[in-house]
Amino acid sequence: MVTRMKILIVEDDLEAAAYLAKAFREAGIVSDHASDGESGLFMASENTYDVLVVDRMLPRRDGLSLITELRRRGVHTPVLILSALGQVDDRVTGLRAGGDDYLPKPYAFSELLARVEVLGRRKGAPEQDMVYRVGDLELDRLSHSVRRQGKEIPLQPREFRLLEYLMKNAGQVVTRTMLLENVWDYHFDPQTNVIDVHVSRLRSKIEKDFDPPLLRTVRGAGYMIKDDRTSDT
Amino acid sequence: MSKFSVLFRTTAVRLSALYLVLFSLCAAFLVFYVTGMSERLLQQQTREAIAAESAQVEGVYERAGVSGLLRSLERRARQPGANLYVIAGPSGEILAGNVAGLEPGLLDDEGWTSEPFRYRRFTDEGGAERHVALAQVLVLDNGLRILVGRDLQEPEKFRALVRQALMVALGIMGLGALVIWFGIGRNALKRIDRMSEASTKIMAGDLSQRLPMSGSGDEFDRLSESLNAMLGRIEKLNEGLKQVSDNIAHDLKTPLTRLRNKAEAALASTDGGNQSGALEEIIAESDQLIRTFNALLMISRVEAGSAPAEMSDVDLSQIVADCVELYEPVAEDNALRLESDVAPGVVISGNRELIGQALGNLIDNAIKYAEGAANPSIRVEMKKSDRHVMLAVADHGPGIPEDMRGEVVKRFVRLDESRSKPGTGLGLSLVEAVMEMHRGSMELSATEGDERGLTVRMVFPAAAT
Repeated sequence: MVTRMKILIVEDDLEAAAYLAKAFREAGIVSDHASDGESGLFMASENTYDVLVVDRMLPRRDGLSLITELRRRGVHTPVLILSALGQVDDRVTGLRAGGDDYLPKPYAFSELLARVEVLGRRKGAPEQDMVYRVGDLELDRLSHSVRRQGKEIPLQPREFRLLEYLMKNAGQVVTRTMLLENVWDYHFDPQTNVIDVHVSRLRSKIEKDFDPPLLRTVRGAGYMIKDDRTSDT
Repeated sequence: MSKFSVLFRTTAVRLSALYLVLFSLCAAFLVFYVTGMSERLLQQQTREAIAAESAQVEGVYERAGVSGLLRSLERRARQPGANLYVIAGPSGEILAGNVAGLEPGLLDDEGWTSEPFRYRRFTDEGGAERHVALAQVLVLDNGLRILVGRDLQEPEKFRALVRQALMVALGIMGLGALVIWFGIGRNALKRIDRMSEASTKIMAGDLSQRLPMSGSGDEFDRLSESLNAMLGRIEKLNEGLKQVSDNIAHDLKTPLTRLRNKAEAALASTDGGNQSGALEEIIAESDQLIRTFNALLMISRVEAGSAPAEMSDVDLSQIVADCVELYEPVAEDNALRLESDVAPGVVISGNRELIGQALGNLIDNAIKYAEGAANPSIRVEMKKSDRHVMLAVADHGPGIPEDMRGEVVKRFVRLDESRSKPGTGLGLSLVEAVMEMHRGSMELSATEGDERGLTVRMVFPAAAT
């Protein structure tokens, strides 16, 4: 039995908050809502959440100060910042204030959902595992080697990092922008389908001579690596 | 009078007035000090001369008695410029000498007169003692009193003369200062008036106005120059803003209309499959709109200048390597070779994200337009010279005609034949804005060795090391 993820949405736009709550519920995530910074701070300190989704501009206490205050109180719940500001350094100030991820408005809900799920399961993520496994695919982070069914698959360094990120978040949707951010460390919009081409190259390497397919394209969202034969864990 | 008070409020006049006062004080102090010193010196000389004379007179009396003394004094008194001599009885009545009258009681005490005293000459008319002198009084053993003195008129005259000269000089200085103040102050006021006139026009909305310059390169010109540079910047930003709003009207309304039409069509449609297809199209359309909007905002923000905090030392070689690596598979999928020749370890002061985005735009453009070219290669090259770092993306696509190269940099401008390709028409605008922010420039040219093809150069200033 998988415990359902519980998140707190701090957003002053009630309509947007209602839409988010509904969309999260359909995705199997329970959410609470706070409509200003002070009540958001109170709820986040009093209850336990897996993830906080915080709007940057809020009445009574802005999003950044909410996060700073939470961190000062020793609450380390992962925070995703939503912001309508689009300045180049906006992300940097957000992350510096103690946020864990940052999503500029307007965003696709699939993007937000993917990021919230990655943040929320981070607790259990095998950060210190030296070997990631998905089905018969094995990635050794120490020796930088990838094997499938015992056979070594040679990968370029970037392909290795791509696969590493996908496997670290195995079973979860990873969006193209998440890949660009985490594998290439750039946050701009590459316009063309550059990420898709990289992924399809990786896919051909790990799936060409093997069965079953592991790396799936999730329509309208991104990619997910998962072994279909094993049940959800 | 009010004009004079305005004049006096100008900085030049105030400063020169302050200097004048300070200078006058110093000059006055100097003159009084010098005259005082010379007076003391003269008095001392006088005293010494009198003392010597007195000693002589005493000697004559000892050698030749009263008659010898009288003779000697008669002779001395007749000499030109003679000292003052008086022989008086014990009660103070003048017996002989070249002095007609003295202040009473002067001869009572032996020794120096405590301060300069007044006396009367034989040539003077009337009874007042008009001349000033310094003297020593001797009392002889027979009760006679002898006064040997010297007139002080000469040093007094000298001192008066110097003081008068000082007063005249100060007067001339003050007058000169007034004239100069008036000249300078009026000139300054006139120029300031012209400047405020120009700024009033600017405030009224005529941003093409500039502050007047005299060409002399003085502080007013320097101020005007930097204010004019500021006005130029404001004008450019303002124009940019105008252009953006015009473009928003033209180029954002079109996709918005398309979006609305699609939504209406979806609403009218009864077929569920059609509906979800239309909704997907709507999402794609709005994503493209958001993308355009973000690019526009980004350009405006970059053009408006950014905080220095956003700039740091970045490894340009690494950024280029990252971008080439990022786009290489896409190029290959489009049957293009992405070649790079990059000098290693070039560090400049810049913003990694923006440079990456700009270079990404250029490579993306090259891939889009060079597809199917006879020479299917795109070359990314970086060279470093002493003063510049040049980063170029060269393709062998259709290129841009020379007369259009200035145009394509403008927002939303796309060459006619490229309408079929996806894009916002903002890529080169962003590159140019990013280059401007890095104090560099963007240059477009034909690719070397190819009459067609496009080479875009990003020229960065080399980091000061």
